[in-house]
Amino acid sequence: MSATLAKGINSFKDVIDAPIASFFSSCVHCGLCAEACLFYTETGDAKYTPIHKLEPLRRVWQQEYTLLGKLGKALGLSKPITDEELAEWEPLVYDSCTMCGRCAMVCPVGNDLTYMIRKMREGMSASGHAPADLVGATTRAVNLGSPMGIKWPAVLAQIKHVQDETGIEVPVEKSGVDYLVLMSSMEIINFPEYLSALSRIFKQAGVSWTLAQDAFEATNSGIQIGASDLAREIVSRIVIAAERLKVKCVISPECGHAFTALRWEGPNLMGKAYTFDVKHILEVLDELRSAGKLKTNGKDKRPLTYHDPCQIARRGGVIEQPRHILGDIAADFREMPDAGKMNWCCGGGGGVSANSRAEPLRLEVFKHKKGQIEATGVKTLVTACANCRIVMEESLEHYHMKVEVIGLTELLAEYLVEDKAL
Amino acid sequence: MNHLDLLTFARGTALNWALVIFVLGITLRLFEIFGLGRKADLAKPRSNSCGNGWRTMFTRSLPPEGMLKREPVTYIAGYIFHVGLLAVIFLFAPHIEFFRSFFGFGWASLPSALVDALVVASILALGVLLAHRLNNPVKRMLSGFGDYLAWAATLLPLLTGYMAYHHLMFEYTLMLALHIFSVELLLVLLPFTKLFHTFSVFISRWYNGDIFGRKGVAS
Ligand code: SF4
Ligand code: SF4
Repeated sequence: MSATLAKGINSFKDVIDAPIASFFSSCVHCGLCAEACLFYTETGDAKYTPIHKLEPLRRVWQQEYTLLGKLGKALGLSKPITDEELAEWEPLVYDSCTMCGRCAMVCPVGNDLTYMIRKMREGMSASGHAPADLVGATTRAVNLGSPMGIKWPAVLAQIKHVQDETGIEVPVEKSGVDYLVLMSSMEIINFPEYLSALSRIFKQAGVSWTLAQDAFEATNSGIQIGASDLAREIVSRIVIAAERLKVKCVISPECGHAFTALRWEGPNLMGKAYTFDVKHILEVLDELRSAGKLKTNGKDKRPLTYHDPCQIARRGGVIEQPRHILGDIAADFREMPDAGKMNWCCGGGGGVSANSRAEPLRLEVFKHKKGQIEATGVKTLVTACANCRIVMEESLEHYHMKVEVIGLTELLAEYLVEDKAL
Repeated sequence: MNHLDLLTFARGTALNWALVIFVLGITLRLFEIFGLGRKADLAKPRSNSCGNGWRTMFTRSLPPEGMLKREPVTYIAGYIFHVGLLAVIFLFAPHIEFFRSFFGFGWASLPSALVDALVVASILALGVLLAHRLNNPVKRMLSGFGDYLAWAATLLPLLTGYMAYHHLMFEYTLMLALHIFSVELLLVLLPFTKLFHTFSVFISRWYNGDIFGRKGVAS
């Protein structure tokens, strides 16, 4: 699909709905959203004010959907949107927004700025103003099945490795089971611990599950870049596999944006409600725990804290579950300030970590998380998103901090009571 | 035209026209918003209740965790101004008399001395907010002609009302006429400037609460 300015503007017009019109109508230019955004608080640069990132979209709304704006346009008084302007806005819309949703919790008139950024990216990508790295990742996801270009043989190699290590069979293409398990690219490449932890936990809990050969990857870069057609293509693979295997529930991995893509955007992209549930792995683990199917033994003595991935907590509603689990297995659990629904982003969500141009800025805004971690005094940081994890590992290294980052599922597996007779 | 004629005009023809523009303007703006529609959300919500939106409509009036400390000026001056303005409009005895003549019923008023103090506080708060808007790099960047116009249009009724009440500057009848004109200016501008948030804030907050509520988060 060739991208042009006209397509971009049409797409801006398409995405503007009643909520967006009410948001732009309500904005009082108070600037409070800036105070919520780590890109502003850590740099002090006013251009990172969330509502400012939406300026081209606002003008399209004003010129197309308000009487005064239409009048101004007819009289030639309004400033048209140009390619140069969109090029200038590209780093604001992509590099300096992780779609963390913090600003949307703070705006006094209730503007969901994150909802608007997500929509604005549709027009940005349609007009050819999406970052090259994200375009590449999305093309790979559509053509190869994974944004990082991972193919099934790589997963198979990991399965074999996990089976050798745990002695537990990893089910593949099993029909009629309860759960279809997905992974993120990061987990397949960097964190094989996840699959191994899951095999052990599910075996103990007596859960029936499977992997699918054509739908193993949950990451959806189509959403991050703002190309709904591609995002739909990526989600549809999972939907088709879940329906073919007749599973009751699809488990979204330790990845924040994958959860948003699959859980909240997926049905809307497909144009129909799912016939199965979608749960984040932490929800499933907490359910098993409440049902008494998950027994742990002992507690981790290390002081540790939990980083809420934005899309899991604030934009996903999974806040209590990790705390229940940590309550069972951590002896010295310390909360960071603003933990839970007001957490601060790691700096790498919403496609920022996949965008190499944004790296210096991402490292700079990590200063907030850095300060928070230091305030707790821990050397162990637990999280539930492989992307947060890799971003934080890199950033911690950049700042020469000796803090270990671990996934919660994997930590839980360490304290699992395993009945070898099963 | 003597002062009394001017006052009669302000209270009669001018007020009628201002109200017509106000009501039509608000209606138009509401149509502009709701006319755009909203696609049904097909994702299974964690909580599907319009109560999420209603709750946020109220809860968003309070500063979220940590924000009061980050931006005390905006919050404190903002509260003083909004509370003062609303109290003055709706709880000042002469205003209630006006509403009574208009709607046929009235309600209890605040003592005039208190209203007087609230007016002064609101005017001071507006002054602080303007200074902050000019000084704070974020606010300055976001502000344009419309913001300063809205600021002035809000200040004028407070100022003229205060001067009329205290018989300052002009003769009382003239000052009262000017006060009423300033209110009419505010009514005419309201639908077409950011002052429209007076109405749209309930819509945007509702959507915010609904979007977050579906995901299981109280916003
Ligand atoms: S916080 Fe809300 S009202 Fe204030 S400038 Fe940002 S978007 Fe506008
Ligand atoms: S969603 Fe997060 S990163 Fe994006 S503008 Fe809002 S606060 Fe900043």
